[in-house]
Amino acid sequence: MSNTLGIIFSNIHDGDVPELTAKRTLGSIPFGGRYRLVDFALSNMVNSDVTKVGVITKSNYQSLMDHIGSGKDWDLARRHGGLHLLPPFGVQQSTSLYNTRLEALKNIIGFIEKSTEEYVVMTDCDLVCKVDFEPIIRRHVKKGADITLVYGKADTKEITPTNNIVLGVDGEGWVKEVTFGPRAQGEINLFANIFVLKRNLLLNLVKDAIAHNKVHFSSDIIAANVNSLRILGYEHRGYMAKITSLQSYYDKSMELLDKEKMSEVFYNNNVFTKVRDSAPTKYGAGAVVKNSIIADGCVIEGEVENSVLFRGVKVARGAKVCNSVLMQDTIVSEKSYVNCIITDKNVLITDGRHLSGCENNPFYIRKSSKL
Amino acid sequence: MYKKKECVAMLLAGGQGSRLYALTTKIAKPAVTFGGKYRIIDFPLSNCINSGIDTVGVLTQYQPLALNEYIGNGQPWDLDRYFGGVHVLSPYQAKHRSDWYKGTANAIFQNLYFIKSYDPEYVLILSGDHIYKMDYAKMLEFHKDNEADCTIATIRVPWEETSRFGIINTAEDGSIVEFEEKPKQAKSDLASMGIYIFKAEKLYKYLEADDADPNSQKDFGKNVLPAMLAGGERMFAYTFEGYWKDVGTVDSLFEANMDLLGDSPTLDLSDKTWRIHSRNPIAPPHRVGENAVILNSIISLGCDIEGVVENSILSANVTVKKGAVVKDSIIMAGATVGENCKISYSIIDENATVGNGATVGVPMAKRAKIAVLGRNYKVAEGATVGGGEILEAEDK
Repeated sequence: MSNTLGIIFSNIHDGDVPELTAKRTLGSIPFGGRYRLVDFALSNMVNSDVTKVGVITKSNYQSLMDHIGSGKDWDLARRHGGLHLLPPFGVQQSTSLYNTRLEALKNIIGFIEKSTEEYVVMTDCDLVCKVDFEPIIRRHVKKGADITLVYGKADTKEITPTNNIVLGVDGEGWVKEVTFGPRAQGEINLFANIFVLKRNLLLNLVKDAIAHNKVHFSSDIIAANVNSLRILGYEHRGYMAKITSLQSYYDKSMELLDKEKMSEVFYNNNVFTKVRDSAPTKYGAGAVVKNSIIADGCVIEGEVENSVLFRGVKVARGAKVCNSVLMQDTIVSEKSYVNCIITDKNVLITDGRHLSGCENNPFYIRKSSKL
Repeated sequence: MYKKKECVAMLLAGGQGSRLYALTTKIAKPAVTFGGKYRIIDFPLSNCINSGIDTVGVLTQYQPLALNEYIGNGQPWDLDRYFGGVHVLSPYQAKHRSDWYKGTANAIFQNLYFIKSYDPEYVLILSGDHIYKMDYAKMLEFHKDNEADCTIATIRVPWEETSRFGIINTAEDGSIVEFEEKPKQAKSDLASMGIYIFKAEKLYKYLEADDADPNSQKDFGKNVLPAMLAGGERMFAYTFEGYWKDVGTVDSLFEANMDLLGDSPTLDLSDKTWRIHSRNPIAPPHRVGENAVILNSIISLGCDIEGVVENSILSANVTVKKGAVVKDSIIMAGATVGENCKISYSIIDENATVGNGATVGVPMAKRAKIAVLGRNYKVAEGATVGGGEILEAEDK
């Protein structure tokens, strides 16, 4: 797979989860106890032996840079290839930063031109799943496709109404139609925003789009060319969580408590992340913990049930945490009670507070709040 | 390139650790797991970097593979450097002599060229079998203030235990007047911690003299330090206050692990100002099942707990299945405890498996001995391993 270049869009869906992206990109949203969403995209690349990866950023990317660093933790600090962080470049012609995937690609056209790999695989950071790009590219080559689009089966009941691209695929697997939003209720082929194509084709498509003053990659290039390009669909049959709103962030976090789903993403698979050197988690003599996922560096003296605890969370004696997602270094003080809450990093919940959201409307608490 | 380091550390990590029995069959003692995610060698290495010492030679000899792999290029300890950093020094074949390391002093002697390449003022000698957090910079300051040729770190031990240690008798100014190896009637409660700082040229001089002496056992404690004292060199005892434990035996390794538990543990590893760095496993957060009970324990990444865990320390990726009860035990990375097992007062090494319904060890309260399962050992379903039994490590 050394002939494949990886491109990750770190903030193409920032607007979907405004609460969590106020101070960060979508890619640096914490997920699953010790990860950031970009870890899943990066790990999928590395585990598929794609070892030259460009990460496109736009704004608020300090947290992302802090997280990724040199790429060392993904084995991507390399002399050849490795990680390339691609922040916005030269805004002489335009007064604003790019807003679409196509504009982002325009922005990194020099990086794509300089690369020598034959193929390109592009992904976003809104997916939690394990995808091996190797068989996708093999099938792409075998079928003589121009572009492969990866999709997963989803039910319209389970997806949010906006930002869904649906693929119409024929019996041979060729994409015959691209629609923005489902046409009818029921099972759909939900596009995972994973593209595979030749680097030269990508360059030609982007340059042609620039020449014709086009704006959107998916509609102006993909959808417009379903009949003139050979576009292949690839169904990802495994677990695929798409984070499209705060509610889906909460729901997908809770889904990790299902051992089978957790196993598929994490066991027999390496999901890499930045290492923090925390001590292992410590349970006190009065701890009661059920059905939860707990990262390292936590100190638990109270009760925790059906929750996801990130690194360094403290649950004091007499405190109770239910159905919640507590991000890094949250402190739940004595005798307080939280239920259906998402706390961002460094939240302090003082003694005796009772806070509750609801399963279909979790309550979000901003970074570094003191309650 | 101008090359000079003020202080170079030499870490003795070649010992077999034979009193850890099955735990060191395949790996050297400094590579033994401690406290869930650490290995013993993380402590001296982290102490070095936290004390501002960035040049460390690690002397290996016995079963070095796991240790070499673990240290790697030193990146987890920030010891991957262009100049300095961590270097694994194994015995080597030379033009005129080829030898195993024959003692602690000989190991350093054979690597004098390494030390000299940094032209240091001071050399810090450390051993790889102690658990402690210590700022070597303070000891170095003490060494400089006294214009000492050699400073030995000491710790006060209970008087009734003085007969187990190398005891150091000092004059009022802290200078050393006498060494006593495991004395019956000690005159002091200052025990040597096996940590020395030498003025570099004195170290070179005495190691060369020691090498030439055919009657020497090539040991720092037995030969080099007494020779320096007899030679009238300025030797001082630095008193360290804090947690320090030699984990050379199964019992002391167990105790030191247990010192991490409780409300106010005697050994606290969560101190962010003195982090113990380690090579982190690539594993997800641990998972606690519907019926799990975890009390007064330490649980690492990747564990999957469905049973009961009490007063125990679990390393990464340990599975405790339904109905199993783990009490007063240490379970190392990748081990599996089957359904309805009873594990009490045991140390279970990496990737060992305990079959469903098996019993390992007897409860601690019965004053039994610790049961030890070596790495990859497999206990059959329903089998019983008694207290104090030590079962050898197996190949995969």
